[in-house]
Amino acid sequence: MKGLKFIIAGLLFGVIMAKSEAISWYRIQEMFRFQSFHMYGIIGTAVVLGVIAVYLIKKFRLRDIQGNVISFQDKDRSWPRYIIGGTIFGLGWALTGACPGPMFVNVGYGYWAMLIVIFGALMGTYLYGLLKDKIPH
Amino acid sequence: MLELLKQPWPWYTSGAAIAFIMVLLLVYGKSFGVSSNLRTLCTIAGAGKKVKFFDFDWKTQKWNLLFLLGSILGGVVASTLLKSDEPLQLSAATISDLKGLGIAFDGGLNPSQLFGPDFITSPKGILILLIGGILVGFGARYAGGCTSGHAISGLSNLQIPSLVAVIGFFMGGLIMTHFVLPLIF
Repeated sequence: MKGLKFIIAGLLFGVIMAKSEAISWYRIQEMFRFQSFHMYGIIGTAVVLGVIAVYLIKKFRLRDIQGNVISFQDKDRSWPRYIIGGTIFGLGWALTGACPGPMFVNVGYGYWAMLIVIFGALMGTYLYGLLKDKIPH
Repeated sequence: MLELLKQPWPWYTSGAAIAFIMVLLLVYGKSFGVSSNLRTLCTIAGAGKKVKFFDFDWKTQKWNLLFLLGSILGGVVASTLLKSDEPLQLSAATISDLKGLGIAFDGGLNPSQLFGPDFITSPKGILILLIGGILVGFGARYAGGCTSGHAISGLSNLQIPSLVAVIGFFMGGLIMTHFVLPLIF
């Protein structure tokens, strides 16, 4: 089954996020109050190792399992969407203590209330689709 | 071994594992980013008939939906097989700050005051969780990605737009934490 490897990768992701408490509303509050290194350690380690990994992948032109050279898409160079969209995202992140991945991990963990947050996130995504051409990017 | 895995995982293990997953998805020919699944789910629900943004072949994103399914299963495994009996080690300063807001630290991952049955059946509770979700969903798509797509994938590829988005994430988070939460709770 071709899809199994993605389920396993997701399972690993879910276990990591839950076991390192990155799905915790309390930990997100602790982060935004600068009262613990924990979340900064998680994101910082991931980024430092990620930068090294991407550098090596590019340098040695590594290929994916289909045999294609792994390529990276540059993000569009515009500013309003990143700063405004990012800030709106951050407001919701601190309120619910969950970004999109952890929302779903939390549901698996047994926090059914997160289904309301997920429903809201789907509404928000739909709202963006509706307003996309009317807001600055 | 199982006993070791049951304990809360330190930040460096988690950070390294997240980087590993990002690389694993690259090796699979994909790019790590969770929030695009929200768009895909809207498309499956039929949003493409009304709004052009959702009119795309969602089957190209099937792999990401499977990843999402896996992450739910990961939550199940973490809360059963790998469940820790110890309370979360939250810093004393945060416990005291939250107490000031009237939110008690109960040792779990999330406060039962915000995610428990009483709160989520009250109009205020439903509204807070729904609005929070709307902000995350709208903001993620507006910014073109969430914590995984920008903070992990984007920063790893040294993308300045991702850095700007992450700065935005923090601006919003700080505003909510220090100025809005005291008004709500």
